[in-house]
Amino acid sequence: MENKLTVSSSPHIRSNAATHKLMLDVIIALIPASLAGIYFFGVSALAVIVVCMTSCIGFEYLSRVILLKRNNTVPDLSAAVTGLLLALNLPPSIPLWIAIVGSFFAIVVIKQLFGGLGQNFINPALGARAFLLIAYGPRMTNWTAPFAQVDAVSAATPLAALKEGGTLPNIMDMLLGNIGGCIGETSAIALIIGGIYLLVRRVISWEIPVIYIATVGLFSWILGPEGLLTGNPLFHVLAGGLMLGAFFMATDYTTSPMSGKGIIIYAVGCGILTMLFRLYTNMPEGVSFAILFMNVATPLIDRYTVPKRFGGGAHV
Amino acid sequence: MALHVFKGGVHPPQQKNTAEMATKTMGLPTKVVIPMVQHLGAPCQPKVSKGDMVKVGQVIGDTDAYVSAPIHSSVSGTVTGVDQIVLSGNRPVMCVEIKPDGLQEISETVAPPVIESKESFLSAIRASGLTGLGGAAFPAHVKLNPPKGTQVDTLIINAAECEPYITSDYRECMENTQGIMEGIKHVLKWTGISKAVIGIEDNKPDAIKKLTQAASGQISVVSLHARYPQGAEKTLIYALTGRQVPSGKLPADSGCLVMNVTSVAFIAAYLKTGMPLIKKRITIDGSAVKCPQNVEVLIGTPISEVFDFCGGYKEIPEKVIMGGPMMGVSQFSLDLPVLKNTNALIALDEKEAKLPQESACIRCGRCVKACPMSLLPLELDRAVRAGNMEDAQGKYHLLDCIECGCCVYACPAKRRMVQTIRLGKDIARRNPKK
Repeated sequence: MENKLTVSSSPHIRSNAATHKLMLDVIIALIPASLAGIYFFGVSALAVIVVCMTSCIGFEYLSRVILLKRNNTVPDLSAAVTGLLLALNLPPSIPLWIAIVGSFFAIVVIKQLFGGLGQNFINPALGARAFLLIAYGPRMTNWTAPFAQVDAVSAATPLAALKEGGTLPNIMDMLLGNIGGCIGETSAIALIIGGIYLLVRRVISWEIPVIYIATVGLFSWILGPEGLLTGNPLFHVLAGGLMLGAFFMATDYTTSPMSGKGIIIYAVGCGILTMLFRLYTNMPEGVSFAILFMNVATPLIDRYTVPKRFGGGAHV
Repeated sequence: MALHVFKGGVHPPQQKNTAEMATKTMGLPTKVVIPMVQHLGAPCQPKVSKGDMVKVGQVIGDTDAYVSAPIHSSVSGTVTGVDQIVLSGNRPVMCVEIKPDGLQEISETVAPPVIESKESFLSAIRASGLTGLGGAAFPAHVKLNPPKGTQVDTLIINAAECEPYITSDYRECMENTQGIMEGIKHVLKWTGISKAVIGIEDNKPDAIKKLTQAASGQISVVSLHARYPQGAEKTLIYALTGRQVPSGKLPADSGCLVMNVTSVAFIAAYLKTGMPLIKKRITIDGSAVKCPQNVEVLIGTPISEVFDFCGGYKEIPEKVIMGGPMMGVSQFSLDLPVLKNTNALIALDEKEAKLPQESACIRCGRCVKACPMSLLPLELDRAVRAGNMEDAQGKYHLLDCIECGCCVYACPAKRRMVQTIRLGKDIARRNPKK
């Protein structure tokens, strides 16, 4: 036999799982929420989505290929996912240049400066949102009412209304997304559809979203406004960025724990922190900071929740 | 208590294309090359020299070491060389090359052994040259004599055959059901173990039916959930008994003795005829093979001649694997011989042999979920690549990895954790902890 044979370490077959396929699934799962955002907030929402996605992809290419002279990681679609998630976490009225600043922060500062895909210590889109909240506070909390004409009515988000004593929207509007808020966070139903798609495609597993949402529901019911066990869990579950956060941000592979036990600690922690921020701080919303906090705690959680190896005791 | 499953694992496409093909026997090859190491343990010394005439079943290699098994000639003919040859895995091994004379004269030493005691049983097993035929190639007489202080109560017969493509054990179950039962009875009788359980994956209903009909008394058949690596020793014991072999210990430490189904059938045949281990049924399959089938091959037959017997190739073979695609060893040359523990030869075409590009770990945790040993393959990979052997061994239990390949199979970033882990084990062996 003349031709040379390939010699490699086993296994010699691989599943067809691939990073870019997982990322593409996340993008597909975010389509309903994106469409809902565009439907309720109009063309300005579409503009934010397009600008965030293209600038994230552009910054990824710039930093990887031109500055670092490494391989082009744009095809793995992770930058596109970050761009879309960032856009869905911004108010529809955000000036587009701020969206570009946010994209720079997400891709260059949080992701590439720390080593690129898989090395970031917090979720890039959430980190960028937190940065923009600090840097451009008023513009980041200027909420457009659904179906508003340009420069017209602004509306308080349900959580801000709760905090400031305004009228609360009805549950049906919150379910559909007919409320003020970030582009992609208002329509709970669209986010749940996307979340179920990710679960069915096994891109994410149920533990983080279910435990996170359940913790928020339980916590808000226990610590109700009229005393113990008087809360309205449905309101807190549907309000703010919880659905977006629980299905799409807290489940970020890189910044969530590895082991089953670690995942439970992480998800419960996200839920408790979300409610602590919502109820006992000046911030109306706590999802972003709760997830960021638990992202930072993930290496610590991983360190103390190494699974017990097979044959390592107990069952022997 | 049978759990029928284990934690972790993956579901690669089964590809059992040859399951319903009866075994064909391949004729004499033009030469046989018989390595002096075909087992785990000490190498044998060649007992013949160039120019010697040898007969079928004659001992051509042996040693005084306990953990070893003698090597026999699979043909009658003339020894044309006793040389060191590099086998796959970069191992230089003494090999005896024999040119068959076509007569297949059987050696006078081949006679049914007389068994009167456990000792004579064990020495007969040693003389048969039997090593674990499932792939591990551990000398059978050592395995059948568990260390003092262990209490073995269950003989487990491994018929799981969880690797894709391979159907050679399945054919044993279908074609030699009685032989399997006889072999089990011999082992039970002479080791004093009270019961035997045959573990087989539920994707082989015909074999389960045949075995169940033939099994009686101390022997039972348990159907297991089909999932790779069900046939790995530790996962098999766990699925059948609920016991975990303690880390770093032997199956005997959890009261079990595991034997491959073809191995026990061989014992029955050997006790009847005295013909040592000189041939093997192997599955020939893969995208580059013209006529996939099960073939009975003489040990030492060059791989290329086995493929020629199967009609050659339909595509240019780009990768040739001895064993299954999950744990088999890729061969660098088609001149290398079939060994005692070879159970399959898989030839893959260019498309299937193409190695995927590695990309960054995204920490998705698929390797963690797939690991049957409950390890963190991504952390092992990272620690070994960083040269952090302390963490790799102490914190992430490098040496507990069974190298089943589930993590690599499941990885979306196509990372080669098992390769790094093997490298890490090698480093650990060279620098034993003080």
